[in-house]
Amino acid sequence: MNLYLWLFFGIWIIGWWLNSILSKKYNSNLIRFFVPTFFGIIFLIMWELIVLGLNINPVLLPAPTAIGSKFIEEIPTLWIDFTQTLIKGALSGYILGCGSAFIIAILIDKFHFLKRGLLPLGNFVSALPIVGMAPIFVMWFGFDWESKCAVVVVMVFFPMLVNTVQGLSIIDKSRQDLMKTYSASYLQTLFKLRLPSALPFVFNGLKICSTLALIGAIVAEFFGSPIKGMGFRISSEVGRFALDMVWAEIFVAALAGCLFYGFIALMEKQFTFWHPSQQK
Amino acid sequence: MKFFNFIYSLFFRSNFFPIVFILTVIGIFWYLIAIPMNTEKVERKFKNLNSTEKIIQSWNLEKPKLPTPHQIVKEIVNTVFFKKITSKRSLVYHGWITLEATLAGFFLGTVLGILLALGIVHNRAMDLSVMPWVIASQTVPILAIAPMIIVVMNSVGVTGLLPKAIISMYLSFFPVVVGMVKGLRSPDQMQIDQMRTWSASSNQLLWKLRFPSSVPYLFASLKVGIAASLVGAIVGELPSGAIAGLGARMLAGTYYGQTIMIWSALFTAAFLAAFLVITINFIQNYTLKKMAILT
Repeated sequence: MNLYLWLFFGIWIIGWWLNSILSKKYNSNLIRFFVPTFFGIIFLIMWELIVLGLNINPVLLPAPTAIGSKFIEEIPTLWIDFTQTLIKGALSGYILGCGSAFIIAILIDKFHFLKRGLLPLGNFVSALPIVGMAPIFVMWFGFDWESKCAVVVVMVFFPMLVNTVQGLSIIDKSRQDLMKTYSASYLQTLFKLRLPSALPFVFNGLKICSTLALIGAIVAEFFGSPIKGMGFRISSEVGRFALDMVWAEIFVAALAGCLFYGFIALMEKQFTFWHPSQQK
Repeated sequence: MKFFNFIYSLFFRSNFFPIVFILTVIGIFWYLIAIPMNTEKVERKFKNLNSTEKIIQSWNLEKPKLPTPHQIVKEIVNTVFFKKITSKRSLVYHGWITLEATLAGFFLGTVLGILLALGIVHNRAMDLSVMPWVIASQTVPILAIAPMIIVVMNSVGVTGLLPKAIISMYLSFFPVVVGMVKGLRSPDQMQIDQMRTWSASSNQLLWKLRFPSSVPYLFASLKVGIAASLVGAIVGELPSGAIAGLGARMLAGTYYGQTIMIWSALFTAAFLAAFLVITINFIQNYTLKKMAILT
């Protein structure tokens, strides 16, 4: 046992002990933020120590500090990949796919018959491995971001459709009657009552789709891409065993994923403040 | 009369008729769109065709841009029933390789998910420190690390099933954790107090109250988890240059421009997903009926 390993176990035990005391004794928002952050930091320190202590080959598992320095060093490349994959591919597909699913959901909502057919099918398609469509889209739309956008559109379409349709089919009879007594038109009822009450479902769909969009854009690049993009970089750097660069890309993807998700959650708080799930 | 009722409910009560209708519309649309997509190839291959012949040819090309449903079905029937199961050209063989990894990963993910959920429910420190990270782990596009996991494990000497199963595990543990935490916490205070008045130990509380009431939640999660597992296993086969499995089949189809091969692998994957979800649904109904939760 060398020094690093002793430190590893020491910090593990101290971290465990501190966290259990903190979470038992106090209960405040500060603690709710502090405990998971502390856990994350301890985890990173333990990762560093185990790599140093066991002399793990950086080809297998690079230390967090190595990944961090690689990240800072390669910011220009990472930025190019970020814009290529996440802005051009994922974001455009996300907006197109979710937008069209939202509009189609409103359209088919009027036809009960179509809804009964589309809901089970949509649920089924959401469970399918749609990423498998990626090679086909790469053949149809070429190597650049258009094909990634298409994959993302198909991946996010059905979860979004199903969620929006479900949200729109919540019917509160008394509220609808109230709208009727106001002699509200279809559009007025839609915009003032039904869409707002469907919003929790819509945001749920948007949240699910945010992760799907990132996955779709990155995986589609495994099937062919120009010489930039996160998926391309990951698969080519893995081939060269430059794992620190791969981890840096994953860090970017994780950061982007969290920020994107956080942004949607924030919007949800703004728009659905009235919903029980948003109140503490 | 019973038969008539059955037919009536099939058409007017259940979703059968609407689903068939929409599938038909999709099918017609598919054949129509295949014509313009494949004309270019038809014109390159054949000269002097009238328009009817052109349309028929566009539906029956060998390497079409968009294969038609009957070509895909034919390819699936050919590779499933008319090839030896052990042959490299049999879809059963490839499907089995993928299914193995899916099931192994699903099993590992479920066990890991239940253990994590038990820890989270019983230990407040773990709840506060682990739960946010479990949720954060899902905003990370996990599939992006698939190639790395496979290459790294290959270089340590672990090949074949396990690397793919680990990717499946990562994808399927999340729904199980979230569902089980919700389920284990679903008994209300009154039920817990009742157990306390019987002076039940925390073990008894877990096994006699918390666990049984979490079973419906568990099954709902399992259905999501197994679909995610299948996606994980397929993507796990993509970047590693795997030679067997549905993902490898898709990749090979891309290299050789065999579009029918890609589509038939896709359809098989879809059937597999449906089969797995239906199986779990079946087990769920059976178990819940035995537990008298579902009547």
